[in-house]
Amino acid sequence: MANDKSGTRSLLIKGGHLIDPAAKIDAPMDILLRDGRVAEIALSNKIRGSADEKFEARGLIVAPGFIDLHVHLREPGQGYKETIASGTAAAAAGGFTSVCTMPNTAPVVDSPEWVEWLKHPGRAALVNVFPIAAATLNSRGAALTDFAALQRAGAVAVTDDGKPILDDEIMRAALRLGAELNLPVVQHAEDTRLTENASMNEGPTSFRLGLRGMSAAAEANIVDRDVTLAQQIRESRLHVAHLSTAEALKAVRRGKRGVHNARVTCRVTCEVTPHHFTLLDENVGEYDTNFKMNPPLRSASDREAILVALADGTVDAIATDHAPHATHEKQVEFERASFGITGLETALALAITKLHREQEIALTRIVELFTAGPARVFDLRGRGSLMRGHFADVTIFDPKKRWRFEAAKSRSLSHNTPFDGGQFTGKVVATIVGGKIVYRAG
Amino acid sequence: MMHRLPSHAMNKPARGSLLSIEHLGDKEILSLLKLAGRMNPLKARPLLRNKRVVLLFYEASTRTRSSFEIAAKSLSAITTLVQSSGSSIEKGESLLDTGYTLRAIGADAIVIRHPAAGAPHLMAKHLDIPVINAGDGMHEHPSQALLDAFTILKHKKSLKGLQVAIIGDIYHSRVTRSNCHLLTRFGAKVTLCGPPEFVPDIAATLAPGLRVTRHLEEALRGADVIMLLRLQKERLAGQKIRLPDYIARYQMTAARVKLAKRDAIVMHPGPIIRGLELTEEVADGPQSKIIDEVHNGVPTRMAILAWALGKAK
Repeated sequence: MANDKSGTRSLLIKGGHLIDPAAKIDAPMDILLRDGRVAEIALSNKIRGSADEKFEARGLIVAPGFIDLHVHLREPGQGYKETIASGTAAAAAGGFTSVCTMPNTAPVVDSPEWVEWLKHPGRAALVNVFPIAAATLNSRGAALTDFAALQRAGAVAVTDDGKPILDDEIMRAALRLGAELNLPVVQHAEDTRLTENASMNEGPTSFRLGLRGMSAAAEANIVDRDVTLAQQIRESRLHVAHLSTAEALKAVRRGKRGVHNARVTCRVTCEVTPHHFTLLDENVGEYDTNFKMNPPLRSASDREAILVALADGTVDAIATDHAPHATHEKQVEFERASFGITGLETALALAITKLHREQEIALTRIVELFTAGPARVFDLRGRGSLMRGHFADVTIFDPKKRWRFEAAKSRSLSHNTPFDGGQFTGKVVATIVGGKIVYRAG
Repeated sequence: MMHRLPSHAMNKPARGSLLSIEHLGDKEILSLLKLAGRMNPLKARPLLRNKRVVLLFYEASTRTRSSFEIAAKSLSAITTLVQSSGSSIEKGESLLDTGYTLRAIGADAIVIRHPAAGAPHLMAKHLDIPVINAGDGMHEHPSQALLDAFTILKHKKSLKGLQVAIIGDIYHSRVTRSNCHLLTRFGAKVTLCGPPEFVPDIAATLAPGLRVTRHLEEALRGADVIMLLRLQKERLAGQKIRLPDYIARYQMTAARVKLAKRDAIVMHPGPIIRGLELTEEVADGPQSKIIDEVHNGVPTRMAILAWALGKAK
């Protein structure tokens, strides 16, 4: 892990504006980090004692370290797309101090050994890595993995991401076992029986391009089924990954309202990606495979519903679904191209540009979606807030800085992004993990 | 406030490429049709002497392939045919690598048919020679739309105000997509007709003024042009259409042709399946221009090739 436990290093972040939604702080504050933890928070210039190092944060926002609930770091087995080292370097550059990794690697992370392998210092992770393990063996959707053993090894959730759990009984069993262990079950909601050979959203654009479309119902039907199952199981925890349609949001809202008269209800949470709140299916243009991902970019009314849900609190977290692919997997016929785009280094910029500046969503809410929100979804204790004693994971950003993203300069091994050359407002200035600066804007 | 999206062009498609009707200008369409009128396959013109035209076919084809080949040869070009079976494509070579290979061999233009929509775009963005779309998946078939317009204009004065009924499996039809773009652009009123599985409501969004109807009579009444489509069994994955029902409701019979204008013409991009989407009587009837279409394919494709290689004279 990136935590540097040696000695008594301390770092004072001075003069910044702290936004810590979990602690209900939105004020100028100085923060002293010591021994990998938050030692003290005080009004400007009120921290006494000296620090080994000072960080001048005047004019900048200081926030709890960002947490990404959904990344594909491709190891084990697909190091040509990304490694844990390169992927976490990209995470650090994007302001993420913790990333939750998806298990659809080669082999699939369905055993405690692979969970431990992911967390091993030998992986040279620059930020905290929280593995999400497979929910079924080899993610085949047939037999559940050993949730308890995976959890003991460090898995924070289970999922068959990329492949949905279609079988009602398997999903019910997963939610039941997850409830016993307080372990969230993450669902990639897609009724694959309805999306065979489909490569983008179903709509006027797919019709025009002659591409088979994925209907909104293919997502919403599964979310609806999952919410219904979750509501039958006391204390079950369902997390809907990369939610993309207005219909699916309705099901999530139903799940969050809870079951009438039930004493202990389930917990239903969801995440939304920056590309789904920014782009539309029509942006695919003339078969640009950097706009191909699953779930696909949707219609304007879906995006509108997502923007409302981001503002009103229905959405728990912004997650990137960072999905690196090599050039040869993307420079092919659209229907044959791999699904997925990179996203770690553009997430904050998109959130500020689209959500804050265009949609006028408050910065505190945006910070919540990157910090307290995701920390709650997977119960990442001591993270998502900078209260005294919490981990010294800090993200410092400039919400007014205009800049241009260049994929060629990305830290990711892959450059499959639709945002290459994009002009944004809002940039990460420094990323601190366990009290140590792991990224500093050049 | 929204950030500026980067341009979609990884690279611009090579000059002279014919990828779609949608993105082909009105001026280009008119000059191609005019040029086609001056082309005569029986009087060879050496406009493309020493030019190498590769016909790259990833899908079966009779009409399109042979007429592009005869068109190229009528202009004195050298042609070579590459098909997916019996080539390195079978061994897993990527589309772009095949393109680079053909370019290295000395291809001056590539005519490509491919089962994946957008395949010609991909090739055109990465090669510096014209790429001509001879049909890509369910997307477009621009040379067919041009030869159809050419055929219509041999029988009708103008496309403007013409009523065109297109009947059948619209969803899977690249010919229809190209025809809808071309015909509506020049003022024809196009009605799409068929069951919802074949004609989703969303089809009406393809071009301005398109109409969708389930009722054959409604589509045919007052029509100047009846365009029929083959039921593409190979593209019916997952769809449950009962053929007898389709035939009962939508098969073009002599009696149904009578619902259209007296001088209406009947068209079909082929291959036709007699007894399915149309009866023998209609296929061989006096109003049928199906063989004319095939015939007109050659001068139209001569025009396309000459235009693509900058030899349009």
